[in-house]
Amino acid sequence: MSAVIENHHDDHHHGPDKGLMRWVLTTNHKDIGTLYLWFSFIMFLTGGCMALVIRAELFQPGLQLVVPEFFNQMTTMHGLIMVFGAVMPAFVGLANWLVPMMIGAPDMALPRMNNYSFWILPFAFSMLLSTLFMEGGAPNFGWTFYAPLSTEYAPPSVTFFIFAVHLMGISSIMGSINVVVTILNLRAPGMRLMDMPLFVWTWLITAYLLIAVMPVLAGVVTMMLMDIHFGTAFFSAGGGGDPVLFQHVFWFFGHPEVYIMILPAFGIVSAIIPTFARKKLFGYDSMVYATASIAFLSFIVWAHHMFTVGMPIAGELYFMYATMLIAVPTGVKVFNWAATMWQGSMTFETPMLFAVAFVILFTIGGLSGLMLAIVPADFQYHDTYFVVAHFHYVLVPGSIFSIMAAAYYWLPKWTGNMYDETLGKTHFWLSFVGVNVTFFPQHFIGLAGMPRRYPDYALQFADWNMVSSVGAFIFGFSQLLFLFIVIKCIMGGKKATDEVWEGAEGLEWTIASPAPYHTFSTPPELPERSMA
Amino acid sequence: MSMTNQNRQARTTLKLVGVVLSMFVFGFALVPLYDIYCQVTGANGKTASAYVVPEEGLAVDPDRWVTVQFLTNNNASMPWSFRPEVRSMKVRPGEMNQTTFFASNPTGYTMTAQAIPSVAPFHAAEYMHKTECFCFEQQVLATGEAIDMPLRFIIDPYLPESVQTLTLSYTLFDITDTTASAAAE
Repeated sequence: MSAVIENHHDDHHHGPDKGLMRWVLTTNHKDIGTLYLWFSFIMFLTGGCMALVIRAELFQPGLQLVVPEFFNQMTTMHGLIMVFGAVMPAFVGLANWLVPMMIGAPDMALPRMNNYSFWILPFAFSMLLSTLFMEGGAPNFGWTFYAPLSTEYAPPSVTFFIFAVHLMGISSIMGSINVVVTILNLRAPGMRLMDMPLFVWTWLITAYLLIAVMPVLAGVVTMMLMDIHFGTAFFSAGGGGDPVLFQHVFWFFGHPEVYIMILPAFGIVSAIIPTFARKKLFGYDSMVYATASIAFLSFIVWAHHMFTVGMPIAGELYFMYATMLIAVPTGVKVFNWAATMWQGSMTFETPMLFAVAFVILFTIGGLSGLMLAIVPADFQYHDTYFVVAHFHYVLVPGSIFSIMAAAYYWLPKWTGNMYDETLGKTHFWLSFVGVNVTFFPQHFIGLAGMPRRYPDYALQFADWNMVSSVGAFIFGFSQLLFLFIVIKCIMGGKKATDEVWEGAEGLEWTIASPAPYHTFSTPPELPERSMA
Repeated sequence: MSMTNQNRQARTTLKLVGVVLSMFVFGFALVPLYDIYCQVTGANGKTASAYVVPEEGLAVDPDRWVTVQFLTNNNASMPWSFRPEVRSMKVRPGEMNQTTFFASNPTGYTMTAQAIPSVAPFHAAEYMHKTECFCFEQQVLATGEAIDMPLRFIIDPYLPESVQTLTLSYTLFDITDTTASAAAE
């Protein structure tokens, strides 16, 4: 057996290829992780520009900058790009970089497929963005693309949107299959499932969610395609179909999707908080079970997005209580993070700042989610800015903050250099203030009745909208500082040690900084049960 | 060792591909499942297709009266004139009732329409039995043509006591384009 391993080792004494083709042809998990992360950052800025168009128009009541048709395209494209282009690829990028290093594997299990799943994405998003320049404009029916708005009344570019969603789905499914196969088959000898770091656990569960629901999304857009071009009537009431059916199928995908965008964040925060509290994570087992429970519950609560369609009262009650049940495992997690910090020797480097902000602000988003779960109250909140505030609180200071925390936390391992701590903290505080100034006032205007997705509003909402727009520009432009910090860190800086952080635990901190092109070509010896 | 590992990976991959394919099929299976669910629970106010009166007939409660209201709507840009003969009628559960709806095509071309029914409160939908309804078929009207369309229905005697008024609403859809393309194929 040792001969086999040595041979295997000898084959891999080469570094990356030279030139541009290195990135096109690469099957290396670190290269592909880098590609995913850069791609998602470009999409983050693209979707962010669209958000700034929206907030600029909403700075004052009345129509100043854009026509309503274009405003609708901006809200739609902003949502689609942020969900499918920024958040999801960022998490896949982190999984590519970290999962093999955390479980002591030499690479992802299916490297060639890994390359395909990344390179599909630029094509998918070029296709989606090209619709902006088409006759009739880009999709304008909201990121939830409810039929018949997205079928009978859609612009002609909807067909390109459908194929773009198909491609994104194929990419996500291939990426997820890769993650599951890697985690189940390539763990270092002796690493049991319950020894895995939580980031690996949360990604394993996320990957199963993706594998289960992305095909349903593919199904629903295929039905749209058939309704538009092949004369079927899945969602057309005149032909015997039902538009409400669209909402059920969409949210059967859509609700697990929102957990797809938050479970890996839980894993990241569960890695960072113990490091900077210099304590072991409180309640590892309960974290794993809570993640699995959230994933299971995500399949049986979808209709809470559609309480106002006219559902039987029994259905409303069921979906209300089932939704509230999710607060239990989520609460377990929040209390575990708090307990981990309790009496720890805490320091507040940039990753920790983002992680602590995550815990607090995500909890605010979770609590407004509980308010929305209350059926009679939801009839008031439905489709208002309160909903916008809710999901931006869980997605921006939730998912996005966790991604930034991860970037700062693992950047020294990836580049071999420490980032600039002062600039990092500046970036954090600008983002923290910006995000709260943007989204907190949206709770107020939502409760006061301002509907979402309109380019204009009643005068009574003017003040808070202006505040919100100011916050959005602070948050948006401070991300350029993030870009600068990352580039500066790649170019040079204080050399990082192998361990990087004083209290960090896990296999990725046992290898050199920067991480060599090939790691764990021979499986590592695990320290005696230190991970669990 | 590496060979068996390859096999294990291939097996895991194949299983996951199987899950993907079955979830794609499941997405489409939701369509009939949803229809069955709506039929069983009457959710969405959907009414069933033509009702066959049992041979022994239905028991009529002579003391109970229920108000049935009729509503007509035109979908989006549907230009037809469409209205019920009466806006509301008092009926006894178990008895056969009859009314008509009127439709005319004021446009300069032949059009096809489909009326889609819905009952409110929706849990009463399953007690609305229609033996004859213009909504069971499509209406084709030439320029300026008008039509009286019959509706025969029975309210089930088991209609919950709490329901004293039922609203039967019809939305008229223009399906000229879809039927034309279907005919062309």
